[in-house]
Amino acid sequence: MKKAGIIMIIGSLLLLGLFKFPLWNIMLGAPQYPEPLGLDIYINGIQGASEFDLQNIDGLNHYIGMKTLPKPEDMWEFSIFPKVIGGMVAIGVLIGILGFIGKVSYKWFIGWFILMSILGILGMYDFHLWLIDYGSNLDPKAILKLVDEQGNPMKYDPPLIGHKILLNFDAFSYPHTGAYMMFVGMMLTIVAFFVGKKEYKKS
Amino acid sequence: MKTTFKSIVLLLSATFILSGCGNNNSKSAGNDGALRSSKAEKVYVAPGEHDSHYAFISGGYSGNVTVYGLPSGRLFKEIPVFSQFPTSGYGYSEETKPMLNTSFGEIPWDDAHHPDISQTNGVLDGRWIFINGNNTPRIARISLKTFETEEIIEVPNSAGNHSSSFITENTEYVVAGTRFSVPVPQKDMPIAEYKGNFKGALSFIKVDPETGRMGIKFQIMMPGFNYDLSHPGRDKSHGWFFFTTYNTEEANSLLEVNASQNDKDFIAAINWKKIEEYVDNGGGTKMPANYAHNVYDEHTHTATSTMKKEVLTVNPADIPGAIYLLPTPKSPHGCDVDPTGEYIIGNGKLSADLTIHSFTKMLDAIENKKFDGDAYGIPILNYEDVLAGAVKSGGLGPLHTEFDDKGNAYTTFFISSEVVKWKVGTWEVIDRKPTYYSVGHLTIPGGNSRKPFGKYMFAMNKITKDRYLPTGPELEHSAQLYDISGDKMELLLDFPTHGEPHYAAAIPADIVKGNSQKIYRLDENKHPYAVTNQADAKVTRNGNEVHISMSMIRSHFTPDNIEGIKVGDKVYFHITNLEQDFDVPHGFAMIGQNTSELLIMPGQTKTSVWEPKQVGVWPFYCTDFCSALHQEMQGYIRVSPKNSNIELSWTLDGE
Ligand SMILES: [Cu+2]
Repeated sequence: MKKAGIIMIIGSLLLLGLFKFPLWNIMLGAPQYPEPLGLDIYINGIQGASEFDLQNIDGLNHYIGMKTLPKPEDMWEFSIFPKVIGGMVAIGVLIGILGFIGKVSYKWFIGWFILMSILGILGMYDFHLWLIDYGSNLDPKAILKLVDEQGNPMKYDPPLIGHKILLNFDAFSYPHTGAYMMFVGMMLTIVAFFVGKKEYKKS
Repeated sequence: MKTTFKSIVLLLSATFILSGCGNNNSKSAGNDGALRSSKAEKVYVAPGEHDSHYAFISGGYSGNVTVYGLPSGRLFKEIPVFSQFPTSGYGYSEETKPMLNTSFGEIPWDDAHHPDISQTNGVLDGRWIFINGNNTPRIARISLKTFETEEIIEVPNSAGNHSSSFITENTEYVVAGTRFSVPVPQKDMPIAEYKGNFKGALSFIKVDPETGRMGIKFQIMMPGFNYDLSHPGRDKSHGWFFFTTYNTEEANSLLEVNASQNDKDFIAAINWKKIEEYVDNGGGTKMPANYAHNVYDEHTHTATSTMKKEVLTVNPADIPGAIYLLPTPKSPHGCDVDPTGEYIIGNGKLSADLTIHSFTKMLDAIENKKFDGDAYGIPILNYEDVLAGAVKSGGLGPLHTEFDDKGNAYTTFFISSEVVKWKVGTWEVIDRKPTYYSVGHLTIPGGNSRKPFGKYMFAMNKITKDRYLPTGPELEHSAQLYDISGDKMELLLDFPTHGEPHYAAAIPADIVKGNSQKIYRLDENKHPYAVTNQADAKVTRNGNEVHISMSMIRSHFTPDNIEGIKVGDKVYFHITNLEQDFDVPHGFAMIGQNTSELLIMPGQTKTSVWEPKQVGVWPFYCTDFCSALHQEMQGYIRVSPKNSNIELSWTLDGE
């Protein structure tokens, strides 16, 4: 299972990209912002796509009563996510090494993948809840109080993925480099599983 | 009877047709529909698109520089330089008042003439623009990062600072040449004793290559002529500077007659490298002087004015071989050097021809000591020995010449209202086009440098008359844009210019726009009264001075209610705009304020003074429609009687 082990190790290591590159990106463009404002969401915090974007988004959001964007210390996620990812990388690499020297079965590879997928889905769900809370838990003294067609207070949660119109803003929300590296890495662990299976049958 | 009537009508219509034809030919060849539409396309910049060039046009008596786009002719900005500017508070705010300080005290206006863009190796580098104040001699430096005036230096011993502000090809020096000769140092003496006693100071102002900071390195005390215009040498003539002169007669009254007696005046050729060397080796005489040096610091957002007490002067007689006089016919006005540096063009304003001197011939004549006498010890060269040729133009009143990228020159003719295109070297006239009317300067992007960019040329006309809808007796001047990419010039566009445009500098937009600053960084704001955080806003009293350190952000002031101010107080509003977003200024206006409103850019701090004269509760507000809640951006100040003992108090964030 030498080949499979190596693929598993590479796949797991690709998750390290999340420590360097943003997981997600939200861009907000409007007539007054021909160069859109942007949020880069990292596993350990949120940064502006350009230097003063956070301040400018917060400045605009106060009109509709949104909270200011969370600092790393404001959300438990930003301290837990790096630990989870770091742990999963370590486990993945360990499984890969053990697979390489033939100490564990290729089934561990798919096991890692399933665990990672569950954690990923939980992470996305948590992110989704945060977006909803951020976009709908508004200051009752908000300057602009708008209602939707049904007469309910407007929600300003950006889309989890894709495009949505928020008042005068066009919001675009898409995975970023870190997420793509994670995706490729996870695909590699599946490849490792099948390669491992093949190698196992041959031997 | 009937026949007579008929023939009169016939005669009249024939005359009408003839004169009509004649007018069409002379006035605007090719003004028909098809061509007209293609011209429109050439200047059309679609909504959302950018012009290809910036043009920086001097405002003359407005004291400003205006920024236009080419080819559209759209006005983008007015940059206040030598004039108070209520729009932004320049010259009224406490921080910018020092910019207008001089040895005569505050002078809130000047006559701004000749802008010149900084160069590296003879090519426009788009870092700074220099421009001269003509009336109270000053040179200013404008940053092309912020498009703001950063520095103004006064020039002592000078008057009518006209042959300025031209720069050498690595921006080593910017010159300030005096148009009027004056007693140096100034003294009470009979004007009739002008001749031989007055001096013409030519000042060489050193420019720091990194910061652009200016300092007068030396002044050459020339004979008492009038020094009209100037141009640095280029390429092979780099190291020399050329000045046109008039009134070499040294007359002191009715100059229009008395200064037009000599058939030839001079172009003074000055080897500044030689004089620099002389000065660096301890040459020259320090003399007492008194002149202001005003510098604006972009981090403290504050200008300081320092009075300088000394200037280094150089007597031409002490540096033989550094200065020569080239006889040039008919009171030459413009003095222009072609991109190769070989030809020095004197535009004799009372003639029809241009006189072109050869730099190589000049060096030859100097080497062979072929002199035709001297003036106050400065050798005069033989006219024939230095002459390269003449352009027999057939126009009247040549003023200024610029160059394209194909070896052609373009000269304006004030009296005959036209631009004449001619070939450098053969001196033949290639084309001529009318201007409307009485053209002064013309500008080609980079056209006074080693590397003209070509493509466009615009003429700045003094008289507008029928070009636009009338606006009463006062009309803005008119510029005309020509396409010079073909053999023949093509008039594309008329556009009005503000003030009296004397000269302009133009540059491809790509060289400038990428460096243009969008905000001032709050974290670099070193203004002593800056409030970079709303919580730090405060009001302090020091005797009858009250300092309000205030912040502004969409859509509120902090503080917004202030009490404890008394009649007779001097209230300083120090206001910081907390925005860090491009193009989000806030304004400030206080009722009854005797200075000016302010316009404060993101990250900037400005201060203005208000001296309340009446008790009451007085509002202030934001003057720039900054957001949907702009109208709510306001506050109150309670003013109590002089002897009241109400304590200072204010609200922060609604508390
Ligand atoms: Cu405002």
